[in-house]
Amino acid sequence: MRRTSIALVVMAATLGWIAPGAQAQTASTTLVVATFPDLDRAAKAASATWAKLHPDITLKVVSLQYPDHHTAMTAALATGSGLPDVMAVDFRFIGKFAASGGLEDLAAAPYNGLGLRDRFARYSFPQAMNPKGGLAAIPADIGPGTLLYRKDIIERAGVTEADLTRSWESFIEAGKKIRAKTGAYLLANAADIRDIVIRSGLADGDGIYFDAHGKVLVESPRFVRAFELGRAARVAGLDAGAPAWTNEWTTGLRHGRIATQMMGSWLTGHLKNWIAPDSTGLWRSTVLPGGISASYGGSFYAIPKRAANKAAAWEFIRLMTADVQTQLDSLRVLDSFPALLAAQNDPFFDEPIAYLGGQPARRLWREIAGKVPAIAVNKYDSMATDMIRSEFEEVLTEDKPIAKALADARLLIEHRARR
Amino acid sequence: MRAADPIDVARPVRRRTRHQRARELAPYLFIAPFFVLFLVFGLFPLVFSIYLSLHQWDPTEGLAAMRWVGFENYWFALTDPWFRRSLWNTLWFSVVCGVPQHLVALPLAYFIHTSFRRGRDAVVGAYFVPYITSSVAIALIFTTLFSKDYGVINSALHALLGIDPINWLGDAHTTKPAVAFIVFWRFLGWNVVLYLSALQVIDKELYEAAALDGCGRWRQFWHITLPLLRPMMFFAVTLTIIGNLQLFDEPFILVDPESGVSLSVMTTAIFMYRLAFSDGDFGTASAVSWLLFLIIALLTWANSRLFNRSEGPDAD
Repeated sequence: MRRTSIALVVMAATLGWIAPGAQAQTASTTLVVATFPDLDRAAKAASATWAKLHPDITLKVVSLQYPDHHTAMTAALATGSGLPDVMAVDFRFIGKFAASGGLEDLAAAPYNGLGLRDRFARYSFPQAMNPKGGLAAIPADIGPGTLLYRKDIIERAGVTEADLTRSWESFIEAGKKIRAKTGAYLLANAADIRDIVIRSGLADGDGIYFDAHGKVLVESPRFVRAFELGRAARVAGLDAGAPAWTNEWTTGLRHGRIATQMMGSWLTGHLKNWIAPDSTGLWRSTVLPGGISASYGGSFYAIPKRAANKAAAWEFIRLMTADVQTQLDSLRVLDSFPALLAAQNDPFFDEPIAYLGGQPARRLWREIAGKVPAIAVNKYDSMATDMIRSEFEEVLTEDKPIAKALADARLLIEHRARR
Repeated sequence: MRAADPIDVARPVRRRTRHQRARELAPYLFIAPFFVLFLVFGLFPLVFSIYLSLHQWDPTEGLAAMRWVGFENYWFALTDPWFRRSLWNTLWFSVVCGVPQHLVALPLAYFIHTSFRRGRDAVVGAYFVPYITSSVAIALIFTTLFSKDYGVINSALHALLGIDPINWLGDAHTTKPAVAFIVFWRFLGWNVVLYLSALQVIDKELYEAAALDGCGRWRQFWHITLPLLRPMMFFAVTLTIIGNLQLFDEPFILVDPESGVSLSVMTTAIFMYRLAFSDGDFGTASAVSWLLFLIIALLTWANSRLFNRSEGPDAD
């Protein structure tokens, strides 16, 4: 009898029937923040300040790799279990998460988050808003788009910065000279041109792929031009054919085989820290070619509807996003660019950046951030991006006519976005 | 006395029953972990995915957002150009990776079986290593080997034949053959081991008798080895069909899913993954998984018919 009872207890413990009671008690005093690298460093850096402000609430930062984090959050929203109090969301997922309805509407009381809007980079709030005006998250950092280039390489080719930025045509012409005289590629991937040119001429409230009524815009002239310019770069042999973040790409940037890279200003930190740490002083930053102001990525903080400690979560989000000192600390540990305008006006922004040869580039990035239009996001944006990428590849490798490729892309996007 | 009897008797009986019940229950509890795990991680996902495939569901909207759509997801998948394309890619890989695997593995196993006495295990082990190596490690090594500007393969081609650098994993023309080669290389050893194990159980007397009758090695291979290997061939080909139709790891890791060129190696399993985790359309993704299951079942059945028929009247 006793043996059987012991066996039953052992079995029950194995199956996890005894565990629950112990966990529930600590949950009320622990604020769980789910995030991903490198953004987790910002939350960890703020933990001392948080402990001073809220000694009674323990901060627990849970960090998973970028794709795992967003998959885990998708699963947590689906099942309603395992949700953190604060959820970090990358720009790529914000449209989908904002439309989901699983996150607190921070525009509503008691948050009234829209009151903070004027204190942030003007384009950052609309990225986290759904069509009904709900605010799903508060931006923490943004990525003003810049053209980073190797000054030594363009000088050897007899090309100036103005040649790179005047127009897309002059950018490609400069690339031909660079390729001929130095052997370096103008850029990593012809697709980089496409991704920027499709953003040309956008005004506040415009969408990249969809208009306000959900009409697919991929056959518009900006897409045609984006495809034409991208193809021209490929035909002239100006791109290394290396997608970003691959070995090919990092090696190309490290060894000076790629002369320019269009990306968010935060790439400077990556270049300095691990991609090309030996190239200090060789890189410079300037505006994107053709007078386009665009943004690359950004991070947000949101509160799940089923979070346990919403009030504390909101306090934490305000600390991470609306507190000048925390924003500047994040800038220092991450090389991220603050979304908060007051942080952008700190004297720190005038400091020269040694990696960029002493250029006070943050001023330039602030100027760019001020010009980026507040583009409307759609939950099908990332799907449409996939379609455009694939059709562009067919234009490059199969000689598919551009008009046909864009028409096919439109049909596919309409098919997928049918619901 | 008579009134007290039932109480005195009933107590021990009841105690015994409880004791017996506990004893009867114990074995079930001991086997419960397997069944609980199987129910939670085996049966439930299976049944739930059928249920899901009949609904439209974006998981970020929570369980309440599920909407019944019947077979619409199946129809939607069948009319999607990317689904058809993924099927074509999958079948292409099945044939181009699968057929050479067996055409090479079988003679190779025969060669190892007949020619190696010492060091045979080492040779077999060398062929088997890719099979047990992590696919991520393999993908990383091959990404480096296939690198356009820094890869050994391009350097060798340039040095030996003067060929310009080929963007193996970045050009839609070359990604498929490159990925197919890696899959072929990876699973060759597995098939060699399967065929070797079957070769080892063939009675040596059959070969001796055939040799006495004047059969050369080729005729021995054709008339003794091949017919006796047929059951193993059926088993190995079935595994290849199932494995290749579910191909995911190698193309997914080798070709950046974010790049446009990834469409050229998008298998049905990858398409399913993208529908679910990139587009957030779990309903259609589940429908695709069941369509893929039907195709695998159909081809496995066809394979079994083919082998049964080719066994012929003299099979017994």
